[in-house]
Amino acid sequence: MGKFAKKKDGDLPAVSTASLPDIVFMLLFFFMTVTTMKDSSLLVENTLPNASEIKKLEKKDRVIYIYVGKPTQEYQKVFGTEPKIQLNDKFASVDEVGSFILAERAKKPQELQNVLTTAMKVDKNANMGLITDIKQQLRKVNALKVNYTTYEGDAFRNLQ
Amino acid sequence: MSRNREIPEVNAGSMADIAFLLLIFFLVTTAIETDMGLLRKLPSKEQETPIVEINERNVFRVNLNKRNQLLVEEAILNITDLKAATISFLDNGGVLTDCSYCEGLRLATSSDSPKEAIITFSSDREASYGNYIQVQNELTAAYNELRNRESLRLYGVEYLKMVKTYSSAKVSLEEKLILEERINRIRQLYPLRISEAETTFKS
Repeated sequence: MGKFAKKKDGDLPAVSTASLPDIVFMLLFFFMTVTTMKDSSLLVENTLPNASEIKKLEKKDRVIYIYVGKPTQEYQKVFGTEPKIQLNDKFASVDEVGSFILAERAKKPQELQNVLTTAMKVDKNANMGLITDIKQQLRKVNALKVNYTTYEGDAFRNLQ
Repeated sequence: MSRNREIPEVNAGSMADIAFLLLIFFLVTTAIETDMGLLRKLPSKEQETPIVEINERNVFRVNLNKRNQLLVEEAILNITDLKAATISFLDNGGVLTDCSYCEGLRLATSSDSPKEAIITFSSDREASYGNYIQVQNELTAAYNELRNRESLRLYGVEYLKMVKTYSSAKVSLEEKLILEERINRIRQLYPLRISEAETTFKS
């Protein structure tokens, strides 16, 4: 009868954690593949609108980003709640958009300078006046290719 | 003897910690960003804008007012009907112009042919961007549907599918040339003509 060692009661067997690294690595690879590096932290609220008839931006090095939206909570005291433009890491006025585009364009290699796209990441609650002003600025510096960045989804979800 | 040669096992207990550290690093430094959107080309400012006279029937006026209401040809329209209205405008086909591929009603008040049809879209400064994008989306959807239909009729493939295969890397050069020609043909038949310029009307 000594073959069956009597279990001490209340003693749970230890859960094997040998597969924990595998699980975490799996998560890690998932995040590595689906995310992209942040190049600037957002100072504005940026809930993009939905659209269904969209095209993918092919090459990331040919894109200049402009963010528009209400300043986030922590900046609202200083900058108010009206939608603002964010260029790189700071707030900017409409007049600065042109020189920003020119500066960004000059940073890119020569052969890409004519094929740049401006991606506008605009909060869906921003009003069109600001966007129209930005577009006029873009026309002034001849940055004519524009991408209105959106989420993929049913456009009717934009309505509230 | 054999006991001595056995390699001691490396303790892998800290592997999880290392992996967690990496995971947290990636979580902090990266963001899920979309890189999709509606592509548009702005009109150039360099040359003088020529005054182009367009026949009234070829103009489709879309207006978004400050209360986010949609005004199409001077009547309030629900945005869910915009796509259908746009399609019937573009696809009308005049009697004289002989637009053989149009399947519309051939009304005298609607466009001559998709090549001449022009959509003017103006939005109020107070209108919200979400609604603006939605209107743009519906207009694009109308064009895409017509292009798809025409492409199916001519080549048996959808237009959007052709564009997708064209941009993929697996296609050979000869196929690309054929596709390019076909895509351009469809685009010629249904040119995307959305104007956001200020249009003035002769009285």
